[in-house]
Amino acid sequence: MRVKTKAYGEIDADERQLVSFPAGLLGFEKFKDYILLDAPQKPFFYLQSIDVPDLAFILIDPFLFRPDYSLDVNDDSLGDIGVSQPNDVIVFAIVTVPADGGSVTANLMGPLIINKANRLGMQTVLGDSRWRVKHDIMAELAAAKG
Amino acid sequence: MLILSRRVNEKIVIGEDIVVSVVEVRGDQVKLGIDAPRNVKVFRQEVFDAIQEENKMAAAAAGLKLPELDIPERIKS
Repeated sequence: MRVKTKAYGEIDADERQLVSFPAGLLGFEKFKDYILLDAPQKPFFYLQSIDVPDLAFILIDPFLFRPDYSLDVNDDSLGDIGVSQPNDVIVFAIVTVPADGGSVTANLMGPLIINKANRLGMQTVLGDSRWRVKHDIMAELAAAKG
Repeated sequence: MLILSRRVNEKIVIGEDIVVSVVEVRGDQVKLGIDAPRNVKVFRQEVFDAIQEENKMAAAAAGLKLPELDIPERIKS
């Protein structure tokens, strides 16, 4: 499958890279289908829209810089993406890289949850006040190292 | 949009299992109690707005230079 990407131009993507968000992402509800790609630099990933080449997000595994991260998502909403066992779930945080060179942040309040088994995903909203839309990745990684 | 007025301790029933009660009114602030099943998500509008806003900023930025992260082994595992 050929996909036009924001970062790499037109590339060949494997079906296994597909992830669909039946409800879209907040503010991007119309766009449901994406591919997951390695970013040029670990541990980042790209979530690239299949329909709009210019629409892409940078993702990171939030547990890498916040080992204390936790999410309590109720089973009914996990049911929306067909999650039947916890092992099927992968969690990503969306990363914001400010154009002005400010701190690179991750959104831990609205993480993405992907069901590996069927490659369906959702963006959830956490009610836990510890998790905000902007977490400074470098600062919190430094704090996690102690 | 349905607009109605309620006094303190009065309630609104939405569907069969959602009840919103007015707990307290003080100046321009209203304290509400919301009883809803667990599968009904209840959030302040600002929370949604904040995430939507952050998604837009994140999308605008994708493709810019990523930082070098030095992840210690003990966190990776």
